[in-house]
Parts: sequence; C-alpha cells; structure tokens
Amino acid sequence: MSVLVFLEHHGNELQKGSLGVLTKAAALGDSDVAAVLVGGGVKALASDAAKFGAAKVFVVEDDALEPALPQPRVDALAKVIQENGYETVLLANSVLAADVAAGLAARLDAGLNWDLVDLTSDLVGKRPALQDSIFVDVGWKSTPRIALFRAGSFDAAASGAGEPEVVEVSVDYAEHSQRAQIVGQELEESGGPSIEDADIIVAGGRGLGAPESFSLAEELARALGGAVGATRAVVDAGWYPYSAQIGQTGKVVSPKLYVALGISGAIQHKVGMQSSNVIVSINKDANAPIFEFSDLGVVGDVHEIAPKLTELIKQRKS
Amino acid sequence: MKIAVCVKHVPEGSGRIDPSSKRLDRSGEGALNHFDANAVEEALRLKGDSDSEVVVVSLGPAKAADSLRKALAMGADRAVLISDDAAAGSDLVATSKLLGAALAKESPDLVLFGQQASDADGAVLWAAVAERLQRPVVSQAAELTLDGGTLRVKRQTEFGYDVIEAPLPAVVAVSDAINEPRYPSLKGIMGAKKKPFDTLSLADVGVDAGDAGETGSKTEVLAFADPPARGDARKVEDSGGDSAQAILDFLVEKRLV
Repeated sequence: MSVLVFLEHHGNELQKGSLGVLTKAAALGDSDVAAVLVGGGVKALASDAAKFGAAKVFVVEDDALEPALPQPRVDALAKVIQENGYETVLLANSVLAADVAAGLAARLDAGLNWDLVDLTSDLVGKRPALQDSIFVDVGWKSTPRIALFRAGSFDAAASGAGEPEVVEVSVDYAEHSQRAQIVGQELEESGGPSIEDADIIVAGGRGLGAPESFSLAEELARALGGAVGATRAVVDAGWYPYSAQIGQTGKVVSPKLYVALGISGAIQHKVGMQSSNVIVSINKDANAPIFEFSDLGVVGDVHEIAPKLTELIKQRKS
Repeated sequence: MKIAVCVKHVPEGSGRIDPSSKRLDRSGEGALNHFDANAVEEALRLKGDSDSEVVVVSLGPAKAADSLRKALAMGADRAVLISDDAAAGSDLVATSKLLGAALAKESPDLVLFGQQASDADGAVLWAAVAERLQRPVVSQAAELTLDGGTLRVKRQTEFGYDVIEAPLPAVVAVSDAINEPRYPSLKGIMGAKKKPFDTLSLADVGVDAGDAGETGSKTEVLAFADPPARGDARKVEDSGGDSAQAILDFLVEKRLV
C-alpha cells in the first residue's frame, strides 16, 4: 500500500493541518509514504516534510503555481498519482484543498470521503454526520482512495527523519486549469496563530455584550498562547472579522483547548468546535446548550471571570 | 446569457439515517437547501432586467420538484430535475457525472452552486462538476461581478480575500455572505406553476445506470456508531469572579497551561 499526502503551504510555511495528516499517514505503518508540494520555491520545504514522516517528496516547482488555485494542482497530483500508482491520497481540509480533492476525484473517477476525523490502518474513514450526532464508518470501493480530513484532526508531530528523496516533477497543465487567475489579494493581518492551526482557541459570542469586550477574549488568548475565534452572530454584527468565524458557515476547528466566552452553543456553532479535546465555557445563562458539551462549564459573568483568569495564567507563566 | 444554478432538496429538521439503506432518510418533508437560495439569488441579481435565462437544476427524488418550484417562485425561468431510482445513493463521483452530463446538454455560460449542502455538509461538488465540464472553478465567492465575458470573484480564504478572474464559461460556488435571498412573492408562487419544468431520466441525460447510484459510486457507508462520549463534565457556579482559580486548576490538571 502506498500513501500520498498533499502538503499545503502559505508563504514559506507548511500548513500545520497538512503536516498533521502526514503524521497520521506515517503512523498507518506503510512503507511508502510520500508528500507532494506544489508552488514556487517549495523545494526548500521538502526537508520539513521529511521531519513529519515523508520518505519521498514530489516537488512541482513552478512560480506560476504559487497562487493558491486548485485546478493546476489537480493536474499536478493526477500526474504524480498515475505515474507512481499511489493508492491512497490524503488532504487536510481548506478552501484550496477541498477543491483540489473534488477535482481530483472527478479527474481520476476516484472515491472521495470528506470531513473525516480519523482513518484506521485498514482504511476505514470516520465521519461525524447529522450535526455530529452520529459517527459513520466510510470506505472506498476502488483505488485511488481520496480522503479529506477535518481541520485539526491530527497533531503534527516531527519524528526527526533525515533528508527525503526529492523527486522533481514537471506538469503539462490542462487548458481549463489555467483559465482562472488571481489578480489581487487582501490578506488579513492576524496577531497570533490562525484558528485552524491553533492548539488553543478563545472564542467570543454575544454574551460579551459589546465589541469592545472582545479584548477580554484577545487578552485571554494572548495569555494562553492561543488564537481568537468568534460566533457567526458577532461576525454578522461586525464585532469581529469573518476569518475568525467558527461554525457551520465558518471554520471547523478541533484544538486541544477551546474556551467559549459568552457563547450559548447553538447547533451552528457546535458543529464547528465540538471535536475540540477540552471545552471550557463561561456563560451567565445556566441553561445555555454549550454546557451540555463542555468539560468544564462555569455559570457566571464573563466580564468578571475572564480578566481574573487572564491574570492568574500570566502569573503562573511568569 | 444562460445561468444554471444547481440546487438540492434537503430533509427538514435534524435528519435521520435509514438503517436498512444506510442513507439519509429522505421520505419526510424537505426544503430547498438554504445555502442554494444564495446561488439562486445571485443568478437573479446577475440577470437583472436582461433577457438572460436562469435554469435551476437538481438531482433527487420526485419530491425535489418542491425545491425547484421554490427557485422558480423566486424568479428562475426554467427547471430541470434529474430523477431516476437508479440514481439514488450516488456519491460525489457519480453525482458529478450525472450533473455534469445534464449541464453539458444545457451548455450554460455560468454554473452557480451554494456553499454547502445542509444535510450531508458536502462542500466539494462544484469542483468535481467543473472538472467534468472542463471549466474554470472558483469557490467561496463573497462577491461576483461580470464584465463582458469575464467574471471577477472575491474569494474568502483562511488568509483573507483573493480576487480571481476567469473567462466564461465557468463554475462558481457562492458563499452565504454574498447576498440576502429574496422571499418568493405571491405572484412569483402563482407564476412558478406555469414555468417550463423538465424531468429527466438517466437515459435522458445519457448516463449508464452502471455509472449512477450505488453501483456507480466509489465510496460506501459501512457502519454507524454513537459519537465518542465526553468525559465527566463539571459545572461550577461563579460568584464575583471566584471561579477563575477553579478554571486555572482545571487547565493545569489537563496540562493545558
């Protein structure tokens, strides 16, 4: 059996989500675990990939591919898969990777299972369904198998391997793959880690009461070394940018720690965060649904508790 | 110009899985997937007062006609329903083949999708359909403009926004932030009944039964289980911020600080 992992990068950094999937691939126990990197200047990232378990790294080095567009990546992955006979292809979900995975499925007539949170060594995927009220075991009837994993499903763990075998690949792009072009970008500056990559997320909801109170979430996140998330309600109200939105129409995250400040826990939000390892919530409404899936629920005023908690954490860390 | 909008009829409520077929139970009441209403709205906005045609396309059981009627009531001009018992249980590969074949016959300048299906949480179909049609695809469109034969999309990503241009014909999946879908007017609802409505079989779209439904699918559902239970949940009542220490102790115990 052979496994290929699509590694996504932003700037000159490999995305933690895809390194988590690579770590998982290496743990499946296969001899042939390879990664594929596509873009400009990506060859320099190959040794990073080796640290997370790739024995071989396919490098499709092309400056024209640096913009994050899915279709040329479908061409690149299809070539690597077909020429080398990879049976299983794994991707960490993102705006880019979802489109790559689905385009690849159609190109290769290959089965795609998405929103997986785990994969067993006999290649059964685990997919939460119906607002995560049920876990579905899914399989593939043919190869190649394509699997797209929910963000944060696996920790990225460096195993410290040596230099990988680097295979440079050049690709002939399909005509239709080259028609879309990125002509501009507006990148949002973020102080800390992005919410998909963060081990700790402090998220705020309506219960914070006012946009200014988001500083409570920001200060607690800073003290904990985490990122700030938000509910749809506060994003819609303009209190916080969309890039921080967690939930059905935002991001799905599963950090080690999720701290919910003034969040009621509506189903649309729940689906975005309930697979977090540990959930701590503070809400003044004792009947808020969030307490049903919190490991520690605190009934109280977030404006009183959050600053004290921030202070205690700072003291402990100093 | 012709704009096709792909829509899905989804079960109302939280949904249940039929243990015998291992599929989502679609026997109850259903409705237009609300994310698809954004795609219908965007098509109607692009059409404006022009003589462009908006065609809504769905794959599903006969009852999916209800959702297509809703899109017609919003203002779409024509509906196409691909409905065939042999298509039930189609996975992504099979669905993209069926929709791709139907869309190829329609040959629209622009194909629109909503950002996800509220039942299966799928958010990938457009890229597979675009590949079948060999057209450029842009997803997560927060803004969409057309200038002659070129479309310009502001795409939401994890890092901010990309502005993407592509020539028509193209496939675009719109985010639900792109617009506020209109409600059908009474006049629209009455008028919808008279609008052209085609129901197509697999043979009509030119796909073999072996390429559709479970036979044509490359993935399968094997089993169901309850989600892993959370450990012992604790709940404390705060008084004047005194729980901060309890939270810190909990985080220390869990080795999170």
